[in-house]
Amino acid sequence: MALAKDYDSVMGRANDIMKTALGLDYQEFESGSVAFDYEALMNATNYTLDEITKIQSRTGVGNTPLLELRNLTELARKYAKPGYGARIFAKDEAANASGSFKARRAACAVAHAKKLGYKGVMAATSGNYGAAVASQAAMQGLECIIVQECYDSRGVGQPEIVEKARACEAYGAEVVQLTVGPELFYSFLSIMEDTGYFNASLYSPFGIAGIETLGYEIAMQCREFVGKDPDMVVCTTAGGGMITGTARGIMKAGCANTQMVAAAIDLTGLHMASDSQFNRKSCTTGHTGFAVPHTTDPDLSDVPRAATRTLRYTDRYVTITQGEVMYMTEALANLEGIERGPAGNTALAAAFSLAQELPEDAVLVVSETEYTGAGKHIQPQLTFARENGIEIKFGDPAKEDKPGENIILPKNPGYIKHQEADINRFRQSMIKKACKKSGVDPKDLTAEDMRFLIEETKTNEEFVKRTLELK
Amino acid sequence: MAKRGDWVRIHSIVLKAAERTARLPEDTQKCDLQQWTKGFLQDESANIGEKVTVKTAANRMVKGTLIEEGPYYTHSYGKFVPEFIEIDRQLREIMFGGDK
Repeated sequence: MALAKDYDSVMGRANDIMKTALGLDYQEFESGSVAFDYEALMNATNYTLDEITKIQSRTGVGNTPLLELRNLTELARKYAKPGYGARIFAKDEAANASGSFKARRAACAVAHAKKLGYKGVMAATSGNYGAAVASQAAMQGLECIIVQECYDSRGVGQPEIVEKARACEAYGAEVVQLTVGPELFYSFLSIMEDTGYFNASLYSPFGIAGIETLGYEIAMQCREFVGKDPDMVVCTTAGGGMITGTARGIMKAGCANTQMVAAAIDLTGLHMASDSQFNRKSCTTGHTGFAVPHTTDPDLSDVPRAATRTLRYTDRYVTITQGEVMYMTEALANLEGIERGPAGNTALAAAFSLAQELPEDAVLVVSETEYTGAGKHIQPQLTFARENGIEIKFGDPAKEDKPGENIILPKNPGYIKHQEADINRFRQSMIKKACKKSGVDPKDLTAEDMRFLIEETKTNEEFVKRTLELK
Repeated sequence: MAKRGDWVRIHSIVLKAAERTARLPEDTQKCDLQQWTKGFLQDESANIGEKVTVKTAANRMVKGTLIEEGPYYTHSYGKFVPEFIEIDRQLREIMFGGDK
């Protein structure tokens, strides 16, 4: 008998569809209370770092260059006090097959799907991950379907997302494009149910294990070229995969004192599910519209428990504006001779400012670059912004930036200034949401729950107790 | 007119505005959830605007309204943005224009 494919019926079967499409029963990791066994989930991949490196090296992924950005370092030092201005490096992840660090996630997920005997893979993504999965599926001989949120109700597409669709098709994937709205998940599930394909979710442990090699390489390359561990690693942050995987890799390499900084573009005030605001932003990822919800509620994803847990690994959380990222993208091309980004340069813009707080002998690593292409470039983005009525001008981003209304290009590099986000507020929000979602009264927290919440937020018992107003 | 086997783009409505039950901002609530995909036309022939079936790159059979034959991309490197020229000049001045 054919299954009913209406919205309610498909969503009602979500858990079963997911279980079939992931080959993993998340129930095993649940405690029945607030806590779940995160490390058991990560270990369920059964791949060691060595095995992942081998999988990736067979498909053009990993071992990317670590570039020292000497001119940008020199430029930053002009705005720092004497003796300050860390050496800025960038991991040139654009060198991966498909042009971004997302290939690390995809290589592992697709290899796993193939091992389990799936005929195809699917991913719900409007970002570089689509091209990464499509590219890996092409190499490993699987079918691929990418589901994108791409257009507003007039059928106008964000140039960056349109380019990503083109790339997916170039790698042989089918691309299903939708207008704005969270019901994308329904289309995604429905197609997954029909095809029986593997859910190459951005949030699966296979994907995150794939990023650990990035952190590990950063540590090894710093030791080789600079003779020391990185002092700070800055990661563009949205769903949290980059910072989770990179930090885990850095820890596996034995770096004890590397500060992990999450950086996101401040899009405060823009609603991510708003049809009319969809095309009033000039970046489609790495912004607070995704980063804040995912940071404070990591399981807000297409799997029962996300392997991306930003707050477990983040020491500092900073924001930067669209205009500063655009300026820094142009500076990267003009002073370093490499065209990358723009969205992936969020961390670079923040790093330019953060470097000025660190002494000259400190090593600061930006964890990624990404490929540039038609649509995925500052010029079409600013053209698109102007056509959508966004004001573009030089000024002081810290004072004038209004997401959705303007883009303020810093009037000189001295006006590129990260803003410190209140990470403790995110931590408190995460703790409260975790209790609320599991329906557990804070007074009934088990010892395991307490340990879990401390680990989830990189805090201590006193912090968790204070947040939940426990004695 | 598109013929069987031609590569085409189709459009469909996944959910009508009234059927959307997710928590949505007011403006999105008023819009249908629309979907596009591409594939090889399975019908003998069809004109733009007609209901058709296509076989996609992943070999799925999908129904929808034919909207484009031989679909292609038009996204680009954008128009002239004078601000970038100004940024370039400023950066070179700061870096190589001597100490000021």
